[in-house]
Amino acid sequence: MTWKEISEMSKNMELHEVILTLEMLENGDDPVNLKNMLGDILKVILEESEKQYGKKQKTLTGLTGENAFKFRNYSPKLMGEFNYIATTTALSIAESNASMGRIAACPTAGSSGIIPGVYYSLYKLFNPSFEDLLNSFIVSGGVGNVIAKKATLSGAAGGCQAEIAAAAAMAAAGLSYFFIKSADVAGNAAALALKSLMGLVCDPVGGFVEVPCVKRNGNIVNLAISSAELAMSGIKSVIPLDEVIDAMYKVGKSLPESLRETGEGGIAATPTARKLIDNIKNNLF
Amino acid sequence: MSLLKILGPVMVGPSSSHTLGALKISRFAYKLVGKTPDRVTFLLHGSFSKTYKGHGTDRALLAGIMGFKQDDPRIKDAFKIANERGLEYSFEIQDLGEVHPNTVRIKFEVDGISHEIEGSSIGGGDIKITNIDSVPCDLSWDYDTLVIVNKDIPKALEKILDAINVNVANLYLRRINALLERALTIVELDEPIDNLEEITKIPYVYECYFIGRDY
Repeated sequence: MTWKEISEMSKNMELHEVILTLEMLENGDDPVNLKNMLGDILKVILEESEKQYGKKQKTLTGLTGENAFKFRNYSPKLMGEFNYIATTTALSIAESNASMGRIAACPTAGSSGIIPGVYYSLYKLFNPSFEDLLNSFIVSGGVGNVIAKKATLSGAAGGCQAEIAAAAAMAAAGLSYFFIKSADVAGNAAALALKSLMGLVCDPVGGFVEVPCVKRNGNIVNLAISSAELAMSGIKSVIPLDEVIDAMYKVGKSLPESLRETGEGGIAATPTARKLIDNIKNNLF
Repeated sequence: MSLLKILGPVMVGPSSSHTLGALKISRFAYKLVGKTPDRVTFLLHGSFSKTYKGHGTDRALLAGIMGFKQDDPRIKDAFKIANERGLEYSFEIQDLGEVHPNTVRIKFEVDGISHEIEGSSIGGGDIKITNIDSVPCDLSWDYDTLVIVNKDIPKALEKILDAINVNVANLYLRRINALLERALTIVELDEPIDNLEEITKIPYVYECYFIGRDY
């Protein structure tokens, strides 16, 4: 399944319906049941976003846990309200994840702040119906599915571009779909996000999903938002989404193993990181 | 169910392979016996042995053996709850040989009967159960699973399969002991059976465990 095929089918059927129908053809899932189950996941995302918003967390290593709290108690000088809520939410969920809180691994645990960031902000500021949010969420899932099938969603296999950039692409597509019901716009939004993070390495300090993962969630949710805005303004990705995904996969495969979730390269290999790891290990064991 | 996997699953963090996968392996063990065991030892291999505390693998394993589901917020407090319930537990680091880096062997005892499960967390929250009570297998737990210790004689399997009233997806058979005429039959099913009692009553069946999948 490619985004081009999905886009073509959406000429005769709404995009979110196309994605559910394809799932039925592939796995035999009843689209109504599937939609209900996806709605349950979205409900958890909104509930946890509300519950964890700007809270301090006691994370497993203590390397993070107060970023969401700091950001909530800060008055943004540059960001609009949408970005501010999305950023606070993304930090909150990523820190909740690091403290064994309940999350939706969407698409992965390490990148689980991005999608809540955009959907909770939509929910707070646009007074949407749940149905509208869910249809956009399904479009996010459709983009994630194409990435999973053509490439990978695993940091160990493809670097952080496969996790957090994929999450940003999914969020950007869903966000644009909330306002403009177009597969082309959604595809452009996703492609613009994914292209901007091509080659991003997965380099968690000590192998734990905290540094740099938590702050990457807070930062990159803004890239998802700007990618959606660019696409909605009519800007197109010159390279179509399917080809961007293929390129991302090739880049991922050519990344050395030290830059794919091993905790041995990138910022995980800096002198400060090494010092921190020694401290954490002494405290844990 | 790929969309559900991409937009989920709902779980407790921080890691799908080190937390969720670990919990699922030990929850499988819990469901095999249907209750929290009296004592349990977790033998941690490879990457599980190196980073288990920082990923909450230890709490996830303990939560799973007490039957907690993957999105239960109490997983964090698994140590405290295990102590309150009087569950005896220990964690040991052990080289389990040529197995997946994220592998755990769980030795547990309930009502005086000992069991052993070995499983690997193979990524994205997916697991493989690779050994049940010393019998090698290869179960994904994507199916409802029936584990039967039966008499190793002609027609035993036929009687068992005859009593199973839903579609069989995969079937594993191993002889445990030829002298004692005991064999292990593992059946992966497309849906749960509703006549477990009938199977338990087959004269060729010594022990029968049903492990329904989690949705």
